[in-house]
Amino acid sequence: MSGISQEDVAHLANLARINIPANELGHYAKQLDAILNAVAEVSSLDTSNVAAMSHPIPMTNVFREDIPGVSLTAEQALSGAPAVEDERFRVPRILDEE
Amino acid sequence: MSDLIRKDASELAGLVSSGEVSAVEVAQAHLDRIAAVDGAVHAFLHVDTKGALASAAAVDAKVKAGEKLSVLAGVPLGLKDILATNGLPTTCGSKVLAGWIPPYDATVVTKLREAGIVILGKTNMDEFAMGSSTEHSAFGPTHNPWDLERIPGGSGGGSSACVSAFEAPLAIGTDTGGSIRQPAAVTGSVGVKPTYGGVSRYGLVALASSLDQAGPCARNVLDTALLHSVIAGYDPMDSTSINSPVPDVISAAKRGDIKGMKVGVVKELGGEGYQVGVRSRFEESVALIESLGAEVVEVSCPSFPAALAAYYLILPSEASSNLAKFDGIRFGNRVGDDGTKSVEQVMSETRAAGFGPEVIRRIILGTYALSAGYYDAYYGQAQKVRTLIKQDFDAAFAKVDVLISPTAPTTAFKIGEKLDDPLAMYLNDVATIPVNMAGLPGMSLPIGLAPEDNLPVGLQIIAPAMADDRLYNVGAAIERELLAKWGGPILGLAPELAGA
Repeated sequence: MSGISQEDVAHLANLARINIPANELGHYAKQLDAILNAVAEVSSLDTSNVAAMSHPIPMTNVFREDIPGVSLTAEQALSGAPAVEDERFRVPRILDEE
Repeated sequence: MSDLIRKDASELAGLVSSGEVSAVEVAQAHLDRIAAVDGAVHAFLHVDTKGALASAAAVDAKVKAGEKLSVLAGVPLGLKDILATNGLPTTCGSKVLAGWIPPYDATVVTKLREAGIVILGKTNMDEFAMGSSTEHSAFGPTHNPWDLERIPGGSGGGSSACVSAFEAPLAIGTDTGGSIRQPAAVTGSVGVKPTYGGVSRYGLVALASSLDQAGPCARNVLDTALLHSVIAGYDPMDSTSINSPVPDVISAAKRGDIKGMKVGVVKELGGEGYQVGVRSRFEESVALIESLGAEVVEVSCPSFPAALAAYYLILPSEASSNLAKFDGIRFGNRVGDDGTKSVEQVMSETRAAGFGPEVIRRIILGTYALSAGYYDAYYGQAQKVRTLIKQDFDAAFAKVDVLISPTAPTTAFKIGEKLDDPLAMYLNDVATIPVNMAGLPGMSLPIGLAPEDNLPVGLQIIAPAMADDRLYNVGAAIERELLAKWGGPILGLAPELAGA
């Protein structure tokens, strides 16, 4: 398992949509490197014949009845939105300009 | 200060239902206490004076009308600020949600309201429940009532502190890796993480969905059981909710008889790395359990030493996905939207401004662990270790009825001591994490003060899935003996808070 560099942190932060200032990348890289070294302990156990477990209770296909119920009104759903226009979420530019 | 604040929840409920004391008087006594001491403790992020008095008045009206009340009607409660409350701010201790008011109630909140429990306000927490000290709250730390310079545990430090500072007899916490039990341990209160799926997660803002569970906090075992019974049960709104009867925790808390039970001491959760006074109080508890007629045996769970590592891969992986929704688009705060920037730029600025360092660390770590090329070595391997932990528990519970260990390796540490050392902070949850990994119920019970620092020590009790009642039976048996020995509740030994 390899270490984590400042460039790695910048790349991951971009993937996670977090704008980390360049002067903080080093500090995060150092801390994350230490954490990754510690969590590498998961490789210390022999798991060659062990199935992965994603959830404590085995459950499959949990469906509810497909019946109409009470849901939020448009006004309620928009009540916490940072910007609203014409009963819709107003969002920043999604497409690049021509 | 009114003596109502020192009464147990069960006693308060009795006084209210008999009409001896009004629910409004009870609520006001606790609001006065909050006004007097919360400047120093900072257990609450938001106090809902108006709403609390209104719901108390509604309980009083029912008393007058002779209506039947539920077991905890009129009893005040502090609610961790990670559960959605219709009309009340819900911040998760994060700037990204500062000022957000949810348009709906979590199922736990609906159940509390239907039971006539009086919600005093929302309690402080590590941001998005990531932490073991409540220092990672964007709104400042909570202080331990035993020593205001020390942490009250985390992430639910506001809930443990409000209970132990007599600001509320009850609180709701959530526990992903120990966030109910470790705060209970370091504040001398009782906290239970129910079986995963035992309490609905609908409206609980998700940290790690396969680990999160809401549960009760109180000052004694019976009050904890009463609150557990109110919030537990199947909920079709949560697809991981267990559709089977709630274990009879109230009867178990009243029984407290462990004669003939088999109790396992987990060999891997103790010894080296645990504070001397934590170990000595734990050993006394083992002797006490034996004296009550239970058989104590040592049990080995060989994969537990890798649980912490597996947890710090699984949790960040799930969190990095769950927290993607905090992007300033549909709710919460938006930063940098000046009309020229793209949606990605606005999201990135919003999240950088809205998240604190621990949340950023874990999102980056999770993003890394889930990356192509690293997935098998990190997240995939952690999931296999999770299976081994579950198998260790299965093997242990084939031999014993419950398992015990210290809840936390140390007593409350000083605020600031571990703030910039994530690995040191993570070690606080070394004994509680395996329980979440397997979805089991666990309790922390106060068992005394560590002789070297006079701070509370907790005993962790672990039971098989949906055998939550065993926690209360064992807890009640030990509590009865300790109360007799101490001559009263351990919180009676905590120093008086200034202003009270």
